[in-house]
Amino acid sequence: MTVETGTPAAGDARPAGDDPELVQLLTPEGERRPNAEYDPLVADVTDDDVRGFYRDLVLARRIDTEAVALQRHGELGLWASLLGQEGAQVGSGRALRRQDHVFPTYREHGVAWCRGVEPGLLLGLFRGVDQGGWDPLEQNFHLYTIVVGAQTLHATGYAMGIQRDGAVGTGDPDRDTAVIAYFGDGASSQGDVNEAFIWAAVNNAPVVFFCQNNQWAISEPLERQTRVPLYRRAAGFGFPGVRVDGNDVLACLAVTRAALQRARDGEGPTLVEAYTYRMGAHTTTDDPTRYRLAADLEHWKLKDPIERVKAYLTRSGGADHQFFDAVDAEAERLADHLRTFCRELPDPAPTSIFDHVYVEPTPPLVEQRDELAAYLESFAAEEVRS
Amino acid sequence: MTTMALGKAINAGLRRAMERDAHVLVMGEDVGKLGGVFRVTDGLQKDFGEDRVIDTPLAESGIVGTAVGLALRGYRPVCEIQFDGFIFPATDQIISQVAKMHFRSGGRLRLPVVIRVPFGGGIGAVEHHSESPEAYFVHTPGLKVVAVSNPVDAYWMIQQAIELDDPVLFFEPKRRYWDKAEVDEDGSADLSLAAARVVQAGTDATVVAYGPMVRTCLDAAAAAGDESRSLEVIDLRSLSPLDLPILYESVRKTGRCIVVHEAPRTLGGGAEVAARVTEECFYSLEAPVIRVTGFDTPYPPARVEEEYLPDLDRVLDGVDRALAY
Repeated sequence: MTVETGTPAAGDARPAGDDPELVQLLTPEGERRPNAEYDPLVADVTDDDVRGFYRDLVLARRIDTEAVALQRHGELGLWASLLGQEGAQVGSGRALRRQDHVFPTYREHGVAWCRGVEPGLLLGLFRGVDQGGWDPLEQNFHLYTIVVGAQTLHATGYAMGIQRDGAVGTGDPDRDTAVIAYFGDGASSQGDVNEAFIWAAVNNAPVVFFCQNNQWAISEPLERQTRVPLYRRAAGFGFPGVRVDGNDVLACLAVTRAALQRARDGEGPTLVEAYTYRMGAHTTTDDPTRYRLAADLEHWKLKDPIERVKAYLTRSGGADHQFFDAVDAEAERLADHLRTFCRELPDPAPTSIFDHVYVEPTPPLVEQRDELAAYLESFAAEEVRS
Repeated sequence: MTTMALGKAINAGLRRAMERDAHVLVMGEDVGKLGGVFRVTDGLQKDFGEDRVIDTPLAESGIVGTAVGLALRGYRPVCEIQFDGFIFPATDQIISQVAKMHFRSGGRLRLPVVIRVPFGGGIGAVEHHSESPEAYFVHTPGLKVVAVSNPVDAYWMIQQAIELDDPVLFFEPKRRYWDKAEVDEDGSADLSLAAARVVQAGTDATVVAYGPMVRTCLDAAAAAGDESRSLEVIDLRSLSPLDLPILYESVRKTGRCIVVHEAPRTLGGGAEVAARVTEECFYSLEAPVIRVTGFDTPYPPARVEEEYLPDLDRVLDGVDRALAY
């Protein structure tokens, strides 16, 4: 008897060349592609809005490239690049309403940008000065989650809280609230993600599971995680799944809007699989040349999420060179701001590590804090003597 | 005053907390209609509804993970882990998420989550139903860990745990669920959640225990008394943080310390007690700190658990060893 252990055919989990199941509203060439189901969801989108998306995409990428540069200069210990995933993040991020709540993994810098999180604060975790420097309650953007998948359960629980608050299905657009959980193809294998699907389904919770399938979990390709397209997994849990071109900001906006509205209306969860590609390394410590072909990268460069919006705006006359130049100039100012912000992030005081272990410090911790303080103090005293 | 069994006292405490605060939720496997496998949540779903007493899918990580989200939304979930040995599927959520959220957020987020765990052996159960996993969680900064030993403490401590803004692992001695005592529901708690208690004063040696072993140690103290040996018994109540001053005071008086738990010996709670007592009471000690514990084996089949578990005689044997120095 032979046991099949090899990598299954790529076609099982990947869309075919012109996959009708892949929702796409803007082709890589920037042509608007009609879609009867999703066109109404973006009918209100004006050229001004599209220019706004373009600006978001460019600035999100500039935040990312600047952070990579800061890592190379030793200012950050690590950075997880979003390169190539800007369309998925900006499209879904701009679909959110103020009251909606986001549970990211750790690569969602573009979503953070859309929520209005100060981008400099994203650097603290990677610089090693904090573990999430922004206030998650201010922009409804939760802390990054490094143990991937855990946050999908937090999102589902939060959504169950929304149900208990009566903030679902009232018809009031300012009250009805949805949650979105970001995760990737790798995390889709985690037990927590599957438990979150079950919980959300049986509770009919107002949560959107937004999977950025960037096809790589560090070095492991999609085929190591799944034999079926990820969006089809939703059917087994009892809610709809949809696959969208993750490099198409407009399609991601439409699909996420629909899923969020469904959640807010009390119709339960949706799985969105944003099919995209991780153009960079997993993080700045990774070397993708060890496990993937340069040709793949070239292929995906042709599907760049920013270029297609630029082509669309140029073709439609929605923007001219002045506009594109102004966005580029703004991106450079943002990069300057990030450099300054990063270098000015203060190192935490050593004894501050004891501050928020508990709401009130416990006596044994106070003892340990005093011990460390006295120890550090002893060096200062020595310096004075010598 | 009402005569209450320990399990019933927790039920009454949960009921009080739920009446006081509409954001208190109970969630777990079989906690609703059935009232929990030990009936600790009996009748709560009937009175508070299915939105507040939630029969969850059978997945512990999901129970704790969704409790995190509910807490972030302003709720105060009380999770039931059905048996000690079933807590391990939830360890990532407890150790990496629950314990660290307040710290990681620089104090901005609070997670008032209580995780109730029936623990310990002595009920003739099959494997994974008799374990004492408390040390894993005591070793995890960010969690408060308590173990109740009697109905009065159970009634008050569950309410105090729910009121706390820190996450609490709440260990319940399952073989003591049917122990009875008089509970004054209209009174108030006489100690804070983090305080230890001298449950019996004595002069010859200090016996330290928590949870199910407290009664065992009180029985041992009674037997020792018959032989004119006066044992001081301390119920730790809180394992994280430990209430150390009360311990030091006692050992400085008696000069001898015996620490007792069901959990395996190596790096268990007794090891920390021994280290702290040695550090702080070195010149008062007449003998090394003696540990009377379960052994460093997986929890054994029920027919030999009596040999595994510390009992009255093994506690007295430990006392003898301490007094022999």
